[in-house]
Amino acid sequence: MTAVQETLTDPTTHLTDADIEDLGAELDAIRDQVIGSRGERDAAYIRAVIDAQRKLELGSRAVLLFSLFPPAWLAGTVGLSISKIVENMEIGHNVMHGQWDWMRDPAIHSTTWEWDNASPADMWKHSHNELHHTYTNVRGKDNDLGYGIMRVDEEQPWKPLYLIQPLSNAVNACFFQYGIAFYDLEVGRYLKGRVEKKDFVSRGKKVLAKIRRQATRDYVLHPLLSGPSALSTLTANLTANLVRNLWTHSVIMCGHFPEGVQTFAKDSIEGETRGQWYLRQMLGSANISGSPAMHFMTGNLSYQIEHHLFPDLPSNRYQEIAPKVREIFDRYGLTYTTGPLPKQIASAWTQIIRLSVPNRTTQQAKGIH
Amino acid sequence: MTAPRTNSAAILRGQVLRLAARLTTPLVPSDYLDVIDPLRSGAALRGRIVAINPETRDAVTLVIRPGRGWRGHIPGQYIRVGVDVDGVRQWRAYSLTSAAGRADGCITITVKAIPDGLVSGYLVRRATVGTVIQLDQAAGDFTLAFPAPAKVLFVTAGSGITPVMGMLRTMQQTQPPGRAPDTVIVHSAPTAADVIFGGELRRLAREGRFRLVEIHTDTDGVLDAGDLDGLVGDITDRHTWACGPVGLLDNLETHWAGAGIANRLHTERFRPAVIATGEGGTVNFTATDTAVENDGTRSLLDSGEDAGVLMPSGCRMGICFGCAAPLRRGAVRDLRTGELTTAAEGDGVVIQTCISAAAGPCAIEL
Repeated sequence: MTAVQETLTDPTTHLTDADIEDLGAELDAIRDQVIGSRGERDAAYIRAVIDAQRKLELGSRAVLLFSLFPPAWLAGTVGLSISKIVENMEIGHNVMHGQWDWMRDPAIHSTTWEWDNASPADMWKHSHNELHHTYTNVRGKDNDLGYGIMRVDEEQPWKPLYLIQPLSNAVNACFFQYGIAFYDLEVGRYLKGRVEKKDFVSRGKKVLAKIRRQATRDYVLHPLLSGPSALSTLTANLTANLVRNLWTHSVIMCGHFPEGVQTFAKDSIEGETRGQWYLRQMLGSANISGSPAMHFMTGNLSYQIEHHLFPDLPSNRYQEIAPKVREIFDRYGLTYTTGPLPKQIASAWTQIIRLSVPNRTTQQAKGIH
Repeated sequence: MTAPRTNSAAILRGQVLRLAARLTTPLVPSDYLDVIDPLRSGAALRGRIVAINPETRDAVTLVIRPGRGWRGHIPGQYIRVGVDVDGVRQWRAYSLTSAAGRADGCITITVKAIPDGLVSGYLVRRATVGTVIQLDQAAGDFTLAFPAPAKVLFVTAGSGITPVMGMLRTMQQTQPPGRAPDTVIVHSAPTAADVIFGGELRRLAREGRFRLVEIHTDTDGVLDAGDLDGLVGDITDRHTWACGPVGLLDNLETHWAGAGIANRLHTERFRPAVIATGEGGTVNFTATDTAVENDGTRSLLDSGEDAGVLMPSGCRMGICFGCAAPLRRGAVRDLRTGELTTAAEGDGVVIQTCISAAAGPCAIEL
């Protein structure tokens, strides 16, 4: 838990073990309902999104061939930025979660998908799907909690490095795709001697090879194809990647860092039941409220709570089940953390700035289990 | 001078493709080209349904325009088609009923809806014109080479007429009356109305293209191989192609073997992929050639790891898909829901090993 005044309050003390298992059963029922009704409509949705994204990307890159003309630069850059955001979030992230594996289409499958991002799919799937989604908000286990470079919870011990975390967060936002790749490489664990050198080197080579391919495409080949517009196409591609980085960073920051989100001690998850696992996901995530267009552009990660409860359900269904999930929060007396995008971004940034300095008082050890 | 030019053209083409791939990375050019033309040459083979013609109450013929990669077929062969039923890709095999080398470049398959048939039910009742489906190249060795032997007998039952129809139509197209083989067709169906291609068969028979003997089992009883001597007369002189239920084919094979002419009988069995769905079974990990017993209650991931197979794994609770692996064939049960997943070779079914147990013998590509 993040706010100092709340640190001594466990928001789950009013729930008995039986309550928690009932809550788990209710969430399982929602999950079964979605799986039972998954079908043609969902398949048509993801195919339409992929189709539209590819057409938008082709169109934007075609327009950018004439980027010397400012209107072409503007239109192409806006189009390419949107295309890259959709490709990373609503498509890439969700396909690699296995949300669409049930379609049995090898072209839209978690085992075959590769995305427009510096981090290779297999490495990202390990650190995101296996570590982050399994150990969500468990301090010392879930590296997404501050990405190993920031302190986002009082319970994380303070280090002098954290003094500059407002700056490191801003830099990370600008270069977010490289930040993710760097993070998926587990550089920190390697430096601590917890990763074999040969494994680290071989993974590092894969990342560098992918970065080279991606950079060659955006910063060499497409500019060259543009002839006289080479330089302006280069700036357009740089801008599109920057916009994508800033947007994805902001959205993802809103998922777990805002005030009200809980974190958990390592020993609290030993022997965790399914109900307890659900409860941890409920308390460890925050939503963003807004328009359908906003939800789409976040890859439905604005439904972070629903996504963390059911990471493998198709993303188009999160908005459908959100009212039912919220109703469960209400009935069990739990806080459904949500707010508009500017408010959540401000909240997350406030945390990062506030926690860059040591806590004012020594905190009591706490945990929710 | 032709050879070097072809060579340099091929090299140039390769270079262009490599450059295009660097422009589209991490995707490949075909991912974008598929958006524009899914049937173009070089694409994964697909086809577009251009017409759906009813044949009987429960059978339709789908006219399909195959992609440019289609290599043609020999009459009697089948194709595997992949259709999305309720959003899920399902593969089935159907005989080609069109003549080889049709003028319009289309192919046809004829599908009879079987009770509770997921794919046949979809194709007969729900598929629409314009739908793009996945195809495989034609396969199968139940074929009739042309020119055909001088005397031919076809024995078919129900939808067993479908591969034979492809042969008959090719025969009409390539061998004009007079030069066509002396052909007899003995076809069995419950009633006259159930005869797929009934109208066309009867018309061609009236025109003298072949002799048609219809057995309507509702009134005539089931066809027995022994009846054929009386119905056809000279079966020992004929090359015979037979397609129908297993019982009929077994019966024919025994009869032909008894007559010492087993080598003149060609049969095609429509084998529904029967999968043993008893709880538990032997799991074969094909890449590592490891067999292990799974009792049907433990996960395949646990069983594989115990047997020393290098199993990819992740959350071990069905969430992360880090353990997903192809189920080559067989049946597995979802330990969470009890739901059964089955696969035959080539279906491309991927399962999560951490929440799946064997529900009969199965093979995992790991």
